[in-house]
Amino acid sequence: MLFTSYGFIGLLIILFILYYTVPKKLQMPLLLITSLTYYAMADVRFLIFIGVSVVTVWFGAIKIEDNNKAIKEYVKLHKNEMSVDEKKAYKKAGARKSVIFFTLTLLLNLGILATVKLAGLKFTGILIPLGISFYTFQSVGYLIDVYRESIDAQRSLPRYALFITFFPQLIQGPINRYDDLAPSLLSEHNFDFSVFSRGMERILWGYFKKLVIADRLLMGVSTLISDPSTYKGGYVLMTLILYTLELYADFTGGIDITIGIAEALGINMKENFIRPYFSTSLADYWRRWHISMCSWFRDYVFYPMSTSSLSLRLSKWARKHISDSAGGKLPVYLSSFVVWFCTGIWHGTTINFIVWGMLNFLVLTISEELSPAYKKFHERFAFADGPIYKAFMIIRTFILVCVLNLFDCFVDVRDTVGLLISIFKKGSFSLMEKGALLNIGLSAADYIVAGVALIIVFIVSSSEEKDNISVRDKLRKNPYPVRFIVWTLLLTATLIFGIYGIGYDSSQFIYNRF
Amino acid sequence: MKNNKAKNITIACISVIIVLGILFLAQRLLMPKYVDDIVEGGMVSEYYDEKSKDFNVIFIGDCEVYENFSPVTLWENYGINSYIRGSAEQYIFQSYYLLEDTIRYNKPDVVVFNIQSLQFDESRSEAYNRMTIDGMKWSKYKLGCIKASNTGDEHLIEYVFPILRYHSRWNELTSTDVEYMFKHKKVTHNGYYMRVDALPAENIPPAKPLGDYSFGDKAWEYLDKIRTCCEENNIQLLFIKAPSLYPYWYPEWDEQVKAYADKYSIKYINFLDVADEIGIDYNTDTYDGGLHMNLSGAVKCADYIGPILQNEFNVPDRRSDAALSASWDQKIQDYNDEIEYQKKLYNIQ
Repeated sequence: MLFTSYGFIGLLIILFILYYTVPKKLQMPLLLITSLTYYAMADVRFLIFIGVSVVTVWFGAIKIEDNNKAIKEYVKLHKNEMSVDEKKAYKKAGARKSVIFFTLTLLLNLGILATVKLAGLKFTGILIPLGISFYTFQSVGYLIDVYRESIDAQRSLPRYALFITFFPQLIQGPINRYDDLAPSLLSEHNFDFSVFSRGMERILWGYFKKLVIADRLLMGVSTLISDPSTYKGGYVLMTLILYTLELYADFTGGIDITIGIAEALGINMKENFIRPYFSTSLADYWRRWHISMCSWFRDYVFYPMSTSSLSLRLSKWARKHISDSAGGKLPVYLSSFVVWFCTGIWHGTTINFIVWGMLNFLVLTISEELSPAYKKFHERFAFADGPIYKAFMIIRTFILVCVLNLFDCFVDVRDTVGLLISIFKKGSFSLMEKGALLNIGLSAADYIVAGVALIIVFIVSSSEEKDNISVRDKLRKNPYPVRFIVWTLLLTATLIFGIYGIGYDSSQFIYNRF
Repeated sequence: MKNNKAKNITIACISVIIVLGILFLAQRLLMPKYVDDIVEGGMVSEYYDEKSKDFNVIFIGDCEVYENFSPVTLWENYGINSYIRGSAEQYIFQSYYLLEDTIRYNKPDVVVFNIQSLQFDESRSEAYNRMTIDGMKWSKYKLGCIKASNTGDEHLIEYVFPILRYHSRWNELTSTDVEYMFKHKKVTHNGYYMRVDALPAENIPPAKPLGDYSFGDKAWEYLDKIRTCCEENNIQLLFIKAPSLYPYWYPEWDEQVKAYADKYSIKYINFLDVADEIGIDYNTDTYDGGLHMNLSGAVKCADYIGPILQNEFNVPDRRSDAALSASWDQKIQDYNDEIEYQKKLYNIQ
């Protein structure tokens, strides 16, 4: 069920009413039932996949925790009878059991994800289960955290099931951490108008971005990427910009809806974006874009890899045979390479996504290598710290992201490279004869509406970037009539200018396919 | 505390009312007005504007009824008080629900149903659905009509809140949308859509053979419903096929209708068979090359069916009803004004 379907909005209205009218102890069961119903409505067979993940990870985590506790208690009980070496040996032997539980659970869940994603339809005979990448990563994160003893395992299966299946996050994330989400998710909540209205405000903002901007631009983007042999040269420039803006409005809009729903229910979710198109470098961009995925790879792949005994040995070898600097960088770059390879695969198993991941790795590694030169440049030239140079860096990063995003659009990498080259060919812009941009599925009115909506989003984002205060917080300081006018305008604009209903095919969220 | 709660509830209620008010205004503005090019969408709702709905004859069907029979002629020449509940490409299930809807207000003596729609088992176009359903007043029959007409991608909520359907008209708005936000321009004369111009029927495309001439199950089901509804309400039913040359009416279809009519003792008139008797001249009596009658053709058809309604179905001559005659006088005046207007428009002497 799409976020943009009437059914989903109806489900939300019913949920909000019930959530704040049923006895508080029933709030959590209500959320679980709603989440499972929502998931089953996509395809009842999907429940088997998510069910296996929930049960195995919940069980595995408890077993790991029980085993860890048993070891500690045994050592505590026999602390006077055991020598330090005996204690170490006992702990090591006991830990093996945890490793077995951990490894088996991990392999099972990642195995299902890999099988479903790689074999897809051929193996399962059904579509890829909704949000499988998101919930598998969330489950694995939880399992690792329990294994590392940084969180306590959730003993209640329904409570754990809710953490994984909480429906707004199933479509496109974010990939929530247990210690971030669970406290408020598993608590009881009184109705608080200011909390509820804040959530609704965020939901509205999300729908505005999704329906007014993303789905409108999609009409043009779909045409532009449908035929690479026609839409080349100057058209590619349009594709780069329109797709990047569409992706932004689609993904951030969807996350606004997700976080807004949680907020309206009194549940706190971490932000997944911090104004990514204000990034001054690609590294900065990846600290601001899809934060939950990036931090997941950082905490559960990059750090464990770069600090593993294998990396340490590799580092030692590089220090001895190459240089001190190489010894420090090699494990980092190797881990980074693996992370970007996995990130590419996570987005899709086709070659274009792997190339996309590798290009990100390449640019980030080159930037890292050149960082001393950048530092010197900034020290030498004062203007490099000024607003004009900052604007240049933002635009440069935006262009780079636009180019990288083009690899999302075409499965055949040769198409993407060919199209990028076509921009610079002589006469490439003559392809776009007068009025050509009005023949790609967007009317002049569409450009105007999308343009005005993007300016509104830009003004909001600029203000937040400048003051580091949410516009919603600023709005909150205004009297109710002002807030009410803003909400009404947003609602009316979304209802009138949104792309939905007969004649339009409201699109899936782009990140839903991952 | 109590005061605060009451204040908050009041503010919430006022807020909701304001939002609903704004959305209502936006909806009124964005909904199609059906007064310029496509007027067919305004026909169904006009029925409710009739002060007295005690019509003796109700025509139901598509363009083959609302363009082919003149209720003014039926009144002037036979004193028959009739109304046409027609709409563009009205499907048989929509005819049934319109009949039920009509009976809520008044039970006529006769229902004249044009059987052309039997050929369609499902709706072919959401736009046509809208032109029939949007104008219906809310009742269980409208709900039934929406359900039966669904083309697959229609949602009930879009009928309840038409802004969800018509929001994309924001870039098509004209001054007409503002002018007719809260009023309606009458487009018919007791459901009759008048055209006075003529276009001879010269290039009628040949009929294409069909693989299967049998009507669909759903079409038969709703024909049964129309018949049963009339029987239960003691209404006489008359089937007609209007004298339109195109879309082609196949003999195989005609035979099925005849068999059904015979089975249930329902009179069936195929106007195509009696066109000569009526005196229809396809050079002068059609305005679109044989698809629909113009005023001249509609008058002839009314003159043909009038005596049948009176003699065989005992429809009364009500010209002695002073109040009714007075209301018809105004209608006749409007009708004649329209004739004059169209004659000037189409430059007809």
